[in-house]
Amino acid sequence: MTEIVLTIDGKEVRAAPGETVLAAAQRADIYIPTLCHHEKLEAFGGCRLCMVEVESRGWTSYVVSCLYPVAKDIVVRTRSEKVDKIRKVLVEELMAHAPDAPELIRLAEEYGADRDRFEREASFCILCGLCVRYCNEVKQKNAVSFFDNGAVREIKFVPEIAKEECWDCQECFTICPTSYAQAAYLLTEALAFPGQRKSHTHKTHTPTIIPIIPVAVNSR
Amino acid sequence: MTMARLQSAAELEDLRADILARRDPAKPCIAVCAGAACDGQDSATVAATFLAAVDQQKLGGKLEVRTTGCHGYCEKGPNVVVTPGDICYFEVSPTDVPDIIAATLKGEVVERLVYKDPVTGAKAVHMNEVPFYKHQTRLLIGDNPKIDPMKIDDYLAVGGYAALVKALSTMTPDQVLDEVKRANLRGRGGGGFPAGSKWETTKNAPEKIKYVIVNGHEGESAAFMDRAMLTGNPHKILEGLIIGAYAIGAQKGFMYTRHDMPLLEKHVRNALTQAKEYGLLGENILGSGFDFEVELHFDVGIFVSGESSALMRSIEGNPPEPRPKYIRTSVSGIWDKPSNLNNVETWANVPQIISRGAEWFTSIGSEKSKGTKLISLSGNVVNSGVVEVPMGTPLRTLVFDIGGGVRDGKTLKAIHFGGAMGGSIPASLLDAPLDFDGMSKLGAPIGAGGLLLMDEDTDMVEVARYLMDFLTKESCGKCVPCREGMQQMLQILTRLAKGEGKKGDLERLQDLVEVTGVASLCALGKTSGDPLKSMFRYFKPEYESRIVDIAGGSESK
Repeated sequence: MTEIVLTIDGKEVRAAPGETVLAAAQRADIYIPTLCHHEKLEAFGGCRLCMVEVESRGWTSYVVSCLYPVAKDIVVRTRSEKVDKIRKVLVEELMAHAPDAPELIRLAEEYGADRDRFEREASFCILCGLCVRYCNEVKQKNAVSFFDNGAVREIKFVPEIAKEECWDCQECFTICPTSYAQAAYLLTEALAFPGQRKSHTHKTHTPTIIPIIPVAVNSR
Repeated sequence: MTMARLQSAAELEDLRADILARRDPAKPCIAVCAGAACDGQDSATVAATFLAAVDQQKLGGKLEVRTTGCHGYCEKGPNVVVTPGDICYFEVSPTDVPDIIAATLKGEVVERLVYKDPVTGAKAVHMNEVPFYKHQTRLLIGDNPKIDPMKIDDYLAVGGYAALVKALSTMTPDQVLDEVKRANLRGRGGGGFPAGSKWETTKNAPEKIKYVIVNGHEGESAAFMDRAMLTGNPHKILEGLIIGAYAIGAQKGFMYTRHDMPLLEKHVRNALTQAKEYGLLGENILGSGFDFEVELHFDVGIFVSGESSALMRSIEGNPPEPRPKYIRTSVSGIWDKPSNLNNVETWANVPQIISRGAEWFTSIGSEKSKGTKLISLSGNVVNSGVVEVPMGTPLRTLVFDIGGGVRDGKTLKAIHFGGAMGGSIPASLLDAPLDFDGMSKLGAPIGAGGLLLMDEDTDMVEVARYLMDFLTKESCGKCVPCREGMQQMLQILTRLAKGEGKKGDLERLQDLVEVTGVASLCALGKTSGDPLKSMFRYFKPEYESRIVDIAGGSESK
């Protein structure tokens, strides 16, 4: 297959057909922020932070780089006034839910986001779906899933599956950007199968629970 | 009675001739509307009373009673139309049945049940004299009073499937496509995208397996015209779909519609069965060598399932979550096969374009929007109902001549088009023509065609809040700008509606509208801020007046 040449931030980048702009950028060491992206998972396109400006045949459009396929002669800008504004507002929206998530704090600094701009509703989960998709695509267990839609959407562990599968795994805890996956699991365990951990029957004895480290944020 | 499959176009025309020969156009027919609004006024009892009376008095030889789909004039239901003469009776109750039968048999009119002008008291007997009807051009919905939606023979009697015959026996698929392209038929579902170009994309896509789909989801609030068409004349849409499949080269079609409308389901299911029995679906349709089948699918009760990519995911059996359309569904849709999706009304236009030609079609409408448009009229309007007018018709005609103006003698403040993703414009712009591009420029895109009248007492902040509340519940929740942006907009609008707006709320709203509009995954999020945009354009002072300035306070940024 013929190589595709495109421009990202003024730099000429070569990519294979079908590759995404994000993948091409990452290979060229050009940084694009992401929250719902994971190398082991199919692109989701949910967080929209990886949105970039694409100029193609004189048209400027805004696309999510994790899904947008590379094309010949397109010009990609990973930062612009508009792109930065999009990222700023998205981070502000997410900080209404998880104001102390380290990744969000870092992004807020980068894009000048105000963590208190929008009405707070501390659900702690930003619904990136990493846990849900990891459990589905990599572990193929579906112990955690999305429930409901729109503003009331949430992730929940399915007690019947979690009881059997999660003790040995808990890999989603480490990829969760807000520690909510861990909290949701512990809550499920406490409510649905307290004290029924089957640790003695499993090889791994050390619980992999990650300590939640409070992030020091000096604000009101 | 099951009948043998029709083997050729000639056999279909013989059947049509036979049906017409058995019908006497002079024999009076009483058509009782069973559309959704009339049904709500218990038109079923009216129809049953007519049928019982005809039965008891053994009038079957002199009188026909027909239960039909929506006639359009929902405000004055139950509607009854007597032919010949199209005598319109309104607000008919079962106790009116003996009078109507007696008058019809004598060739007379029941004066007390005809239309009376609310101001002058002048009466209008025939459909073409009733103000609600006489300003319309009812190319699509006009057949509804003539058809029992459960009877394919009724559709054949009004010329149904003649366009299919013409397409299959005298035109190549390319010629059919060309006719639709030249007719400049634009999608009626909201975008106004040229249907012919969309068909061509699917036709030219390399995959052999292709699908065609009727989007009968009609989730737009205050839109009820597709339901009237699909329930009242399902064969018209089916005929359009078969013709489209022939042009595109699709082997299979889907009708995607709502799960919560039992009458619609019954009629569409029945239409598919009958079309199959007659050989209008299945293998070797009318001996043409063209094979095509259609499956009926239902939504899962969420607005976004009407979005094309979500709808296709739903047909696959997956949750109806939209996917980004960097590769269009017309190239990669259901099971990654090229899938051409059009709205009910778009498909309904196809048979007449084939029968009467592109030149005829383009002679109707405005410069860039051709044909007629079905509009659902509701809100503070005198005459609510389903209306059909040529594109380019001034909104004033819709609102005043057809709609009868504003209820209770109030003045018009604004009109709203396009439901929760549409926009509102002030009454001062009422001379604008009904036109895809013109209305979009004004900030009130036609959308699917739901037109709401809002009187002088309407609180424009509450309108936006209400629409946003609807959308937040209907978002799938996958992407951040739609899920979170709308939720934040709703919170701010709720504050404003209570008169408790904070300093900075309007700027916050503006940022949210902008970012949600550009960053959302699908059209639901992308257009969720459109009503607000129109509000800021035309009604901003109303919003500003809801901000409470906390003097010397430490209000948030």
